[in-house]
Amino acid sequence: MMEEGVKKFLYVNRKAPYGTIYALEALEVVLIGAAFDQDVSLAFLDDGVFQLTRDQNTDGVGVKNFSPTFRALGDYDVNKLYVERESLEERGLTADDLQEIVYEDEDDDWAEKPSIRIISRAEMADLMHDQDVILSF
Amino acid sequence: MKFGIVVSEGPYTHEASDTAYNFVKAAIEAGHEVPRVFFYHDGVNVGTRLTVPPQDDRNIQVNWTNLAKEHGIDLVVCIAAAQRRGILDENEAKRQGKDADNIAEGFRISGLGQLIEMGIQTDRLMMFGD
Repeated sequence: MMEEGVKKFLYVNRKAPYGTIYALEALEVVLIGAAFDQDVSLAFLDDGVFQLTRDQNTDGVGVKNFSPTFRALGDYDVNKLYVERESLEERGLTADDLQEIVYEDEDDDWAEKPSIRIISRAEMADLMHDQDVILSF
Repeated sequence: MKFGIVVSEGPYTHEASDTAYNFVKAAIEAGHEVPRVFFYHDGVNVGTRLTVPPQDDRNIQVNWTNLAKEHGIDLVVCIAAAQRRGILDENEAKRQGKDADNIAEGFRISGLGQLIEMGIQTDRLMMFGD
């Protein structure tokens, strides 16, 4: 196969966290992929923005609430979570509806910084254009 | 060009595994390489040898098995997704205390690392799903 180097991986999350298994199995890829030292970003658009909402409670549907796992991503050096502003707005959501996800910046004396970055649809297109590998869920 | 392929929907319900198959065949005929196909989500169900489609329909699993044999393609079924959906090889069946296995010839069960590795080592990653 080809020579190995660092590639830009983008995981695109388009679906709601429950109802289908796509979001959970996407997160499983992200966690395994973190061991490969690539340049990783996550994108949340369409109903995928619901994956990051705070105070999720799945008791009624009998499936595991996996949303706390997003807060552990910083420990895996996955700290670029791009959320599309228009997708939030179309669903009546704002940044305040999302859980707080932070990472420690090793280049800045381990200062805690937010992992979630809200970007426009046009910026999302630029982000996708800039990637080597896109996995869409 | 070297293509990595992901199939992320199940056979017959969804056209994704057929489209991926047709793409891989066309890519190889055009002189490209397809070293690996990775089956994820319900796509792992392509890898059971126990499907019995009607005789006047295509057999998706057999198509993949034959294509892989002919061109040396590595057909990888994700282990985590496979366990949820009851796709087992002999070792996994034994390890999980199950009384049967069902993995088809030419397919192997392995981890998600194989998907990431495929993304790193190929020129283009194509995902066939919803």
